[in-house]
Amino acid sequence: MIESKNITEVQLDIKKIRADFPILSHKVNGKPLIYFDNGATAQKPKSVIDAIGNYYSNQNANIHRGVHTLSQEITVAYENARSTVQKHLNAEHAHEIIFTKGTTDSINLVASSFGKKFISQGDEILVSVMEHHSNILPWQQVCEERGAILKVIPINMEGELIISEYKRLLTDKTKIVALTHISNTLGTINPIEELIALAHVKKIPVLVDGAQAVPHMKVDVQFISADFYVFSGHKLFGPTGVGVLYGKEKWLTEIPPYQVGGGTIKTVTFEKTEYADLPLKFEAGTPHIEGGIGLAAAIDYVNKLGLNNIAAYEHELLVYATEALGKINGVKIIGTAKEKASVISFIVEGLHPFDIGTILDQLGIAVRTGHHCTQPIMQFYGIQGTVRASFAFYNTKEEIDLFINGLERAIKMLN
Amino acid sequence: MTIEEIENEIVEEFEMFDDWMQKYEYLIDLGKSLPLIDEQYKTEDTLIKGCQSRVWMHSELKDGKVIYTADSDAIITKGMVALMIRVLSNHTPDEIMNAKLNFVEKIGLTQHLSPTRSNGLLSMIKQMKLDALAYKQIS
Repeated sequence: MIESKNITEVQLDIKKIRADFPILSHKVNGKPLIYFDNGATAQKPKSVIDAIGNYYSNQNANIHRGVHTLSQEITVAYENARSTVQKHLNAEHAHEIIFTKGTTDSINLVASSFGKKFISQGDEILVSVMEHHSNILPWQQVCEERGAILKVIPINMEGELIISEYKRLLTDKTKIVALTHISNTLGTINPIEELIALAHVKKIPVLVDGAQAVPHMKVDVQFISADFYVFSGHKLFGPTGVGVLYGKEKWLTEIPPYQVGGGTIKTVTFEKTEYADLPLKFEAGTPHIEGGIGLAAAIDYVNKLGLNNIAAYEHELLVYATEALGKINGVKIIGTAKEKASVISFIVEGLHPFDIGTILDQLGIAVRTGHHCTQPIMQFYGIQGTVRASFAFYNTKEEIDLFINGLERAIKMLN
Repeated sequence: MTIEEIENEIVEEFEMFDDWMQKYEYLIDLGKSLPLIDEQYKTEDTLIKGCQSRVWMHSELKDGKVIYTADSDAIITKGMVALMIRVLSNHTPDEIMNAKLNFVEKIGLTQHLSPTRSNGLLSMIKQMKLDALAYKQIS
């Protein structure tokens, strides 16, 4: 059971915050929208929507190498967006920030490029049972291509990594560890700093999937000493189609380009191409310019609220919802780690998550049902799927009350 | 009754419902009341893979007509499956292949046919028609 933490007193004006998000005043199936699917994607504040609109209305030009004014101005804006991400993650250099399509794209990039350079026959790559498929499949593919072996860190019934097993699995053959910071299904917050330190003792680099972490907490990549840290813009209240790969300079310099083409070069002849320095080496083609601009606007927005305030408030929502769910007969929460983010997965005895999700949808309540792209977790617990409610700072206890009412109604209808 | 006549009959039944709750309660009752498939046919082979709710479907040809039986682990899906069987089962392969199934839209349940992989229903209809096509080619 999660305990109430005495973190800083919450200083967010939720009513005012909600007014920043146009979609939150919508009705779905005739009912006010209750959006509890933030783990899948978060809603966008007006400042992000405006930044994207403004880009197309007033700023549109292609970045880099243009001599004309618009091109120069948007290049500055795009590189400022990179600096915003750098400062947000406390990366040492702006060129350690690579813009990608999203978390999945970032992981594919590292798996492919790191794999080419450092993985060979008989090597091992270490992931955990609680990874999203996006942090399993790219590594599985590298293993198949290069004859390496995928090793898996087990979890306990609470949904926490078993650290002793992790230590045992870190061997001389391990070439890289890929771990999620927060589980999208269980809500577990992994002790990432400790996990990275353990790998570094053996000089093994670590990639952290931060997709679920960056919307909920302050992340300092130098403090945790992540070798690679990846996340998506759209889960951080920014646009879809843009994401980030942070990598330590030495790794990004050593691994080869992923996709190549326009923008990634210094000189090209048919005999040989000299590739550009970081970050352009990894950014082939015209990038998602308005995505970068929109992501920077989103980061500015959450920083205005303060990530510590956000974390404290979301923890209140988590505790409140966990207690309320615990009072409903037949409800079993999947994922009861001591350290949890505002993600609650549960099953209801005898009922299919799909049926529950369908009834809740009729009541205007958006939750996610199914395996959440984490089938190994479902196999571990021996279940087909769960219902998942994931909260953001614009959600309220009143909404949780309505969700609990709706759930009770669904259970009554389905039984 | 023709397929279209059965569809119209269902549309009329649904017109009696005042709100979504009655509609879903009806589907849930349908789902609960029908033992749809012989357990021996509930195998990997008959499983139609949707993303969330699983649907098993079996068909056989009797006197020139296709007989369908099916089941699902989700009760609302099972109710929808029961409606599909009521409409399509016991008709000739040609009739099944030509069925438009407009009733789904008329009873306001189109979201169950959206291709979001959220349930196996759309795949099931496709499989029902494919089976009908296969029987037509045999005979």
